[in-house]
Amino acid sequence: MAHEHKLEIFRGLLKFKSNTQKIWGVLAFLTLVTAVEVGLGIVKPEFLMSPFLSKFEGGWFATFLNIILAPFISMKALNLIFIVLTLVKAYYIAWDFMHLRDEKSGLRRVIVWTPVFLIAYLSFILLVEADYIYEVYKEGFVTWNF
Amino acid sequence: MDTTVTTETQGKVWDGGNEPLKASYGKMMMWFFLVSDALTFSGFLAAYGFSRFKFIETWPIADEVFTHVPFFHGNYPMYYVAFMTFILIMSSVTMVLAVDAGHKMKKNSVIWYMFLTVIGGAIFVGSQAWEWATFIQGDYGALETKGGRILQFVDANTGKRVALDDFAKAGHGERVEHERKNGVWFFSEGTLPTYTVNEVVEGFKAHSNVLIRTETINEEGEKTVLSREDSLKKLGSATMVVEGANLIHNEYGSRLFADFFFFITGFHGFHVFSGVIINIIIFFNVIIGTYERRGHYEMVEKVGLYWHFVDLVWVFVFTFFYLV
Repeated sequence: MAHEHKLEIFRGLLKFKSNTQKIWGVLAFLTLVTAVEVGLGIVKPEFLMSPFLSKFEGGWFATFLNIILAPFISMKALNLIFIVLTLVKAYYIAWDFMHLRDEKSGLRRVIVWTPVFLIAYLSFILLVEADYIYEVYKEGFVTWNF
Repeated sequence: MDTTVTTETQGKVWDGGNEPLKASYGKMMMWFFLVSDALTFSGFLAAYGFSRFKFIETWPIADEVFTHVPFFHGNYPMYYVAFMTFILIMSSVTMVLAVDAGHKMKKNSVIWYMFLTVIGGAIFVGSQAWEWATFIQGDYGALETKGGRILQFVDANTGKRVALDDFAKAGHGERVEHERKNGVWFFSEGTLPTYTVNEVVEGFKAHSNVLIRTETINEEGEKTVLSREDSLKKLGSATMVVEGANLIHNEYGSRLFADFFFFITGFHGFHVFSGVIINIIIFFNVIIGTYERRGHYEMVEKVGLYWHFVDLVWVFVFTFFYLV
């Protein structure tokens, strides 16, 4: 049964001799990422406890930048790092454990882009709406509801 | 998998004659199921994000909620979840190894790897059950106000949390749990907390070193501790004692936190549980030689996809419930 495996990860930086070896390599990488996450979560370094950038002021261009760069402006640097590392882990689980790397690119696109688009859209509208409701509470229009 | 015969003739392209995606029907359907399941999970997680953003200033801090490790006393945030995550990733690895051994038609290796995968899954589900039990049982106990807010107690000198047991005055007005047999048959109530509100209030007045900690997160990202005066004033609005968490009350803070925790980790745990059951079925099928006779181990690959998906979802649940 001929079953081709692509044995490179990190865009060819790391090549493995067999599929089994690649699996252990990916495990080592995922464990490392999890260890970094837990380490950061316990230590909580002071310099990561505020957003990477502060809010831009003045003009429509500043507003535009505030929207485009929202994750860097309104999210703690540490949380942004956690989310990025999570996506990295998800990528390697899907690509190497679920061997999407070996599938036809058409199947891969169907599987990846459909949920990515829908999830990004849903998260965007829900989080923006939630932030609006938070503002309503904060302004004191309604103090507490359920 | 190239197990299905692909005819090269141009005339057969309509009735499944060609395979543009080079994946078998079963595998593709497994993928489409996983895509829809992923959307279900993200719906839940997005709803969690909605509620959290809505109450961003009062949301519980995960590090202060999940602090226990079995068999150890003390404050160890995150270590146990990290261990659970590792177990799940590890069982994912044994699953890939089983799939890999299946490609090489090594029956005995597949059996071993499937066995290890099932064990890993069982450890994970067990850990999650323990995590739930600890969460439900609670830690320090708290008061709930008329407005539904939670008041926790801290030591004024050390800033550490104080349990109700440490200061509440026991025996200050006894109340017996109302049971159905003692009154109208359709009236009953849940287990009463260890102390009444009055006992806690009296105990609080007697211990001058205890302060109230509210749900509000201050500029430094910590929960606000009230002064002694404000604490005493705030105490007046308390209506009930809360110990542990359930779907209606939650001593750790916002009740929505508990609701989403139960719902999302429960839904995920249910997935892991079904995964373990399916893995066991496949495990026995491998033993009795079903796939050996069939000539390929694609079934192992398909349940493998499901199993990895469970791991994939956990990675996100871990981030959004325990880290961020």
